[in-house]
Parts: sequence; structure tokens; C-alpha cells
Amino acid sequence: MEIIILGDSAIPLYEQIVNQLKDQILQGKLEQGSILPSIRALAKELKVSIITVKRAYEELELEGFVETTPGKGTYVSMDNRERLREIRISQIEEKLEEVVTSVKNIGMDLEDLIERITLIYGEV
Amino acid sequence: MEAVVFKDIKKKVGDFKLDIPKLMIKKGYITGFIGENGAGKTTTMRLMMDMLIPDSGEIEIEGMNVRDSGKEVKQDIGFVGEPTGFPEESKLKDIKRMFAPFYTSWDEKLFETYSKKFQLQLTKKYKELSTGQKKQFDLVMALSHRPKLIILDEPTAGLDPVVRNEILDVLMEHMQSEEVTIFYSTHITTDLERAGDYIVYIKDGKIMINTELNVLLEEYCIVKGSKDLFPKEIQKELLGYKISKLGAEGLVRSKKQAEELFGREVVYEKPSLEEIMILLASKEAI
Repeated sequence: MEIIILGDSAIPLYEQIVNQLKDQILQGKLEQGSILPSIRALAKELKVSIITVKRAYEELELEGFVETTPGKGTYVSMDNRERLREIRISQIEEKLEEVVTSVKNIGMDLEDLIERITLIYGEV
Repeated sequence: MEAVVFKDIKKKVGDFKLDIPKLMIKKGYITGFIGENGAGKTTTMRLMMDMLIPDSGEIEIEGMNVRDSGKEVKQDIGFVGEPTGFPEESKLKDIKRMFAPFYTSWDEKLFETYSKKFQLQLTKKYKELSTGQKKQFDLVMALSHRPKLIILDEPTAGLDPVVRNEILDVLMEHMQSEEVTIFYSTHITTDLERAGDYIVYIKDGKIMINTELNVLLEEYCIVKGSKDLFPKEIQKELLGYKISKLGAEGLVRSKKQAEELFGREVVYEKPSLEEIMILLASKEAI
């Protein structure tokens, strides 16, 4: 598990944690059933508030990425990874829709957009 | 669950009046206590420590009345602040020997672990320590009986970032237990911005804000615009504002309120804790 917190990011701390854990779960870096650190342990490790980590775990639970059982702690959901991937893809599609709307607004054509995306895809 | 409850506390010290009808500090979390110099932070903490006696009202810590069961309450509290009560001329190991027996739950191993972590030389006299080392020793003394409530009055003032980080580390270590509560006053808002759970803001002896830090940072909103943005009737709706020849900025409780007051004609910004503190302290128009 790896989390990098950016202090001066516009993205709230809890969201940074959520995003990074989601990605690692989807990439399989965090395996199904593996136990996450306790809320307090992760707060200490990242030097962020307990409430921040709590909120991140709650969000991940709500979206089905992790589960919490009393006594056992929080662990990566045994749910089908395919389903989580589909959720993620639909979130990405929403963002793409935003991009395409902006692109159309300034009159850029599809070819130009694809060219730019290809370039960015290679760089990231 | 509350670790600390203030009920109708009033205290006059000279011209200064502290007036806290109600203040609750959540158990198991870190609460930052902020306000300008002279706002009443230290007085509030001294009342909690039973170092000052309130004119009226009462304070409960861990369910015990501070005035009635002072000695028992102290077993559950770790305090870092002035005065330390440590004799300047004494060696650290002797100070430890003097104070440790006071606590039934003194943990000698923990004392040694922390002393090593902070590289304290126990054969040195207290007065021979640097400011940073003194604070570290104060903290070790405050934590070695595993208190449930840790009260820290400006623990990081005058310390370099490395030492501040070490102190934060040790405090977060203690927070691994859900029973532990930290209440800490500071000027260095960056310490709090990440690790603080709740924020209590005091001004002129009155508690103005007691809320989750996230709420403060995400909902409070700074409005910026031209210098005539805040006419008198708007000024009283603002938590704080600054108007100069070049422009005006003000603090409002939520973006929704800001939009109701100003529409979409102004610039909104998410404030940092420092900006919130500065604006809360200011109601000035030039």
C-alpha cells in the first residue's frame, strides 16, 4: 500500500486517500481480502487527522471497495473486481463527457482531440 | 463522548473576562485551540488544570469535577505549558525521580523510550537544555503516565520544523488509543491543518467557533472584490473582513451564504486555517 499526500493540493486530504486506495485496489496492488491499517494507525503514518482517514474509509466502504467488520478491521472487498472496474469506468466516462463538451464548445474536431489524447496518454 | 465539559464558566482576571457558557471537547480526537494572544487560551487551560479557580461554573474532565476531585483528575491529565514546576538547577533524572511517584500509572519504560527518541541526556540540568529539548522533556514527563487527556499550551512555539514533527509523531502515537484526547493551543496553524480533528476558536474570552476542522476548511469561504463590496449592512453578516484602498476580502460561513449575499459577481476562495484566523480577528475598514 502506498499513499502520497500533497499538502497544498486543491483536492481535500480524504479524497486523496480515497483516490489512491481505489486505484491500487483496481490495479490489484491491494489484493482482495487484504487488511488495511486501522484508522488511527494510518492517521499517524500520514500525519493527518483521524476524522480525515475515517471519512476516507467510509467513502470507500460506501462505494463497495472495502468492508469493515468489528474486531477484524477494514479490508479490501471480496466483491468482483470487474464490478468495481465498471464503476470506475463509468466515472471516467463522466469526466470524458465534460472534456468533450468543452472541446465542442471551442469547435475542436474529433481528430484533433484524439491526437491530443494520444500525446497525453504517452506522456502520463 | 466528551472528555471535557465546561458549564457556565466565568472568570475575571484583572480587566479580562472569560465567559464560557458551554464547551465540549470530544473524546478520542485532537482538538486545536486557537485565538490571538490575550484571547483567553492560557486562562482556559489553567482552569482545566485547576491552577485557576473559576468565579462561577464548573469543569468536568473524564466525568470528574475538576474542583472536587483535583488529585484524581490529575492522574488522567498530561500537561505541557508554563509554569512547568521543574526546578531549573536539577538534573533531568532527579526531576523524573521527584515527579514520577505522584502518578500511580507511571510507565518507566515509556519514559526511557521517549527520552531515547528525543536524545535527552538525563544527567544534564534542566536549565542547560535548549528550548526544543526543554519542550521535549516537558512532553516526555507529561506522557509517561499514559494520561487520557493531554493538554498542551503552545507546545511547538519557538521550535524548528524537525522537532515539531517529532513531537507530532509522539502525540499521534498516543492517539492510537481511542481513549486519548488531545487539546492543544497553537499559533502554528500548519501543525493543525493536517492532524487536527476539531477546532475551537476563542476571541476576547468567548468561544466563537467549535467545529470539525474539515468543515471549517471546506465550507468557510473567502470573498474578494472591490473596496465597496461590503456596505455597512453586509459587514454585520461577515465573520471578519478587511477593506483597503485596493480591495476588500471577507469571511463567510458557507459558499451558499456568500452567493446569497453577493451573487456571482465576486471571487470566492477556499481559505487556509491561517487566513481564517487572520480574518476572524479583523473587522477593519480603511
